[in-house]
Amino acid sequence: MGWLSKLTGSKKTEIPSDLWNKCPKCNEILIKKDLAKNLHLCPKCDFHLRMPVWDRIAMLTDNNSFVELDNQMESSDPLNFLDTMPYTERIQKSICATDTFDAITCGEATLDGHRILLGVMNFEFMGGSMGSVVGEKVTRLMELAYEKKIPVVIVSSSGGARMQEGILSLMQMAKTSQTIARLAEVSVPYISILTDPTTGGVSASFAMLGDINMAEPGSLIGFAGPRVIEQTIRQKLPDGFQRSEFLLQHGILDLVIHRRQMKSILSKILKLLN
Amino acid sequence: MPLEFEFERPILELEKRLRDLQSLSEEGHIDLSREINAIASKIEAMKIDIFKNLEPWQVAQIARHPQRPNTLDYINILCGDTFVEIHGDREFHDDPAIVSGFGIIEGRAVALIGHQKGHDTNENLFRNFGMPQPEGFRKAQRLLRLAEKFKKPIIAFIDTPGAFPGIGAEERGQCEAIAHNIMLMARIKVPVLCFVIGEGGSGGALAIGVGDRVFMLENSVYSVISPEGCAAILWKDASKAKDAAKAMRIVSSDLMSLGVIDGILREPIGGAHHDYEFAATSVRETISTHLPVLQAMTQNDLLERRYKKFRSMGKFKISPEIEDA
Ligand SMILES: [Zn+2]
Repeated sequence: MGWLSKLTGSKKTEIPSDLWNKCPKCNEILIKKDLAKNLHLCPKCDFHLRMPVWDRIAMLTDNNSFVELDNQMESSDPLNFLDTMPYTERIQKSICATDTFDAITCGEATLDGHRILLGVMNFEFMGGSMGSVVGEKVTRLMELAYEKKIPVVIVSSSGGARMQEGILSLMQMAKTSQTIARLAEVSVPYISILTDPTTGGVSASFAMLGDINMAEPGSLIGFAGPRVIEQTIRQKLPDGFQRSEFLLQHGILDLVIHRRQMKSILSKILKLLN
Repeated sequence: MPLEFEFERPILELEKRLRDLQSLSEEGHIDLSREINAIASKIEAMKIDIFKNLEPWQVAQIARHPQRPNTLDYINILCGDTFVEIHGDREFHDDPAIVSGFGIIEGRAVALIGHQKGHDTNENLFRNFGMPQPEGFRKAQRLLRLAEKFKKPIIAFIDTPGAFPGIGAEERGQCEAIAHNIMLMARIKVPVLCFVIGEGGSGGALAIGVGDRVFMLENSVYSVISPEGCAAILWKDASKAKDAAKAMRIVSSDLMSLGVIDGILREPIGGAHHDYEFAATSVRETISTHLPVLQAMTQNDLLERRYKKFRSMGKFKISPEIEDA
């Protein structure tokens, strides 16, 4: 067989390469369809791989309860931005690759019978970056929560603000944060779940503004990316730096929760706060 | 002026010729007034030509000029000896990259916050080049709350390359500190005026940039990431910063047309570093014009308008061809 079986010396990996993944932590070969059944956890070392949006929604919500909102909202390239490729082309590529219109999917659902408004970010869509669409969808979700007094859960995964929308992306940090402040004024809970990775303009706005901020184990969470920090201070970063457990230890996060327990802890919190 | 820009060179050369002619005319007791006048008016025309047609990258250079007036320069001119600086976050440290305090401007007591850069290397090392740590943002939070408690309007000066990316900053929750500032500022129950006086760098700038009115000095810049950072990521080449500066639309006229700021403040020709009083006067007049309007509003009206202002930012479309499944 090919290079893969030579590399691993294992017969069970003789499958087309688009059907398997390698665990980034323990290098175990992971069969994609088995992974989906196992909530995208490595069966060997329990590493939390990035989870596709619809699998995440299925995991957190009651059967068929999710009704998507604002699913037709799309970026309009406000700056006519061109780097090595036009922004519109990047958008179209991401739309085709992910089958979603931007980096967040929002909707209304129930979770163990609790009504919630849920937003799930998609790192596969331009690094989960926040431009006008993500900002507007988060804002609409918070405003709906304000009107109907329904708790909000947002699962973040983002490299930060979307450079291709320039200053308008930066302003989404203000736009989303102010709706959370307003929601707080009517005592409706907002629970933020940070997953790997959540950095930059998203961690420095709505992702860190939950009444409860929790994260999955081992997620990279911070303001600056590790490479930027290394270049700035010219120093090697300590092991585990900017991982969930590190943030928990430093008092920045409220909880670190295993993916398998995520729904039940949300259910508990919703019951306690509502 | 210690730092001169490449694009200013034609002006500087003419100015040198002008000085030469002037001394020649004085020493030789010859009348060169016609030549001198011709060059003087040529210089004026050239200045207008060059400084009205700057590339975004050139504006960024002026915005970062080491002699450009910084927050304390403005505070000193505007408040004089009425200014009382308030230090520290009462939790961890006093971050010199952010200054805060109270002072009187045109007879009105106001709260002041700003990023603080230095004019030379020593000052910049002390001020960490205007890059705040979390405790700097938390110092600003203290001041915002004090301002609200004593019903004093807030004046914020924005001038930072960005929040500091370091180990300690991350340990102490840089992202939380910025997010918290933004959220607090959005709902603070007193008028807030923001002035981008130099470099408005990313989240660290916005952390003290949520106001009822946001203004930019003519030669300041405001962007989601530095042109160098953007170039390194999107072009994979930091030397493309010029292209990135242009593509991101970072100059005051861009932000005005994108609806992000409320006005552009005039600077002396060549940049604010040529005349601090001129730049400070622009700020003072803007405060005098806008503060009474904001102070006359009810608290609800003020907050609702601030909310709508940021609510309306961003552009998107609803794609028509896809129907709900
Ligand atoms: Zn593994």
